[in-house]
Amino acid sequence: MSDKPSDAEILEGLAEIVEEVAGVATDDVTAEKSFVDDLDIDSLSMVEIAVQAEDRFGVKIPDDELANLKTVGDAVGYITKNV
Amino acid sequence: MSNVDVVITGLGATTPLGGDVSSTWDALLAGQNGIRVNTEEWVERFDLPARLHAPLAVEPTEVLPRVQARRLDRSEQIAVIAAREAWADAGFEPPTDEHESVDPERLGVSIGTGIGGPRTLLDQDDLLEQYGLRKVSPLTVPMLMPNGPAAHVGIELRARAGVHTTVSACASGAEAIANAWQMIQNGRADVVVAGGTEACIHPITVAGFCQSRTLSTRNDEPDRASRPFDTGRDGFVLGEGAGVLILERADHAAARGAKVYGHLSGYGITSDAYHITGNHPDGIGQIRAMRDAVRMGGLSPEDIGHVNAHATSTVVGDVGEAAAIRNALGEHVVVTAPKSAFGHLVGGAGAVESIATILAIYYGVIPATRNLENLDPKVGLDVVSGEARKIELAAAINNSFGFGGHNVALLFTAA
Repeated sequence: MSDKPSDAEILEGLAEIVEEVAGVATDDVTAEKSFVDDLDIDSLSMVEIAVQAEDRFGVKIPDDELANLKTVGDAVGYITKNV
Repeated sequence: MSNVDVVITGLGATTPLGGDVSSTWDALLAGQNGIRVNTEEWVERFDLPARLHAPLAVEPTEVLPRVQARRLDRSEQIAVIAAREAWADAGFEPPTDEHESVDPERLGVSIGTGIGGPRTLLDQDDLLEQYGLRKVSPLTVPMLMPNGPAAHVGIELRARAGVHTTVSACASGAEAIANAWQMIQNGRADVVVAGGTEACIHPITVAGFCQSRTLSTRNDEPDRASRPFDTGRDGFVLGEGAGVLILERADHAAARGAKVYGHLSGYGITSDAYHITGNHPDGIGQIRAMRDAVRMGGLSPEDIGHVNAHATSTVVGDVGEAAAIRNALGEHVVVTAPKSAFGHLVGGAGAVESIATILAIYYGVIPATRNLENLDPKVGLDVVSGEARKIELAAAINNSFGFGGHNVALLFTAA
């Protein structure tokens, strides 16, 4: 197992996933952005993003936790805490 | 009761002959072939007896933005591409909050498909079996549902008068156009985006068609395989494609000075209630569909100059249709069978072939039936072969028949 990734590394990885799934430029995926309101990501794409994030970072993101991840920063925080 | 005059103001298509209407039409007139050897590994692996297909000339994933493409089944991708072309061809702009070319509540969609998204269904099932639940796309159901293509077109063009899907096998596209006409007759819409789509080339569909012995096995000669009305015909070639027409109330089109290709003046829809794949040997349903279309348009059989035949290149089907045409309309009609060039587009067939019918009237030229070297003597009709034929046309019929005994005839008349 590699070392625990930094917040910056998690943000970078998450941005790549969001770009792949939803076509949002990686530069636009910043901590304060809301997935729904700012990045225009629908609930279906959120499921795909969560599955890819689980695989990439080796975390579990249960549905009730996913619902609380409003912003990119929320997701980074959750992954950091649970990785 | 007189009908509301419905005109066609826009056309769009993506087919084995080209990625749009003009390239498809030009290839059709030039007698080009869209049928290829299917080089997918599964053809060899399953030792499939039919090894030809008619794939799209332009990959839809090269046309659509990547993220949009990955959210759509192939049948949805090509419906969206064809609808965009038809929409622009009609002189409309993509809807925005500032500007809508058509009042959304007066805009409908009617797009048929024979099967829907079997590729998605089967690919996702493979993922489920191999990797479990997590790898199944949350878009699985909207990608496989047969109303998906119509729904996506409706969302993109902002159609709120109703979005409909017909499912009647190879007659789906034609039936969707008939239903679109009816939406305008009923006063539900002023403009309807109508057509059909299919992208079902997958091992299981091909295997199924192989087992029903309906596909051509002229594997070494893709250029000569699809030969409707020819004595050497031995089955159809499965293709993929979509066609979309903009149907519009004539006064609505006139008010905005729209270009008019022609009129959709009537239709006939009947059912055989006979056999699940074979058409009725006496052609009773086909005859009645053509006669109903002529009558609905207020015309007589002698007014019909041209029939764009369903003719798929099967031994029984082609001569059955020929007899029905002779019976319903007479022997004077000039016939062509475009499946000779682009194969059988299933749910897309009726729509793409309707476009060919309208353009034949509009330009006064009927594309030739490819590979018609020896006309089956049982046909007894003037089928255009060799080169396209210049001819002035006032009215023409497009036939589409589907597994299940569905018969649809659409009557198009000159602008």
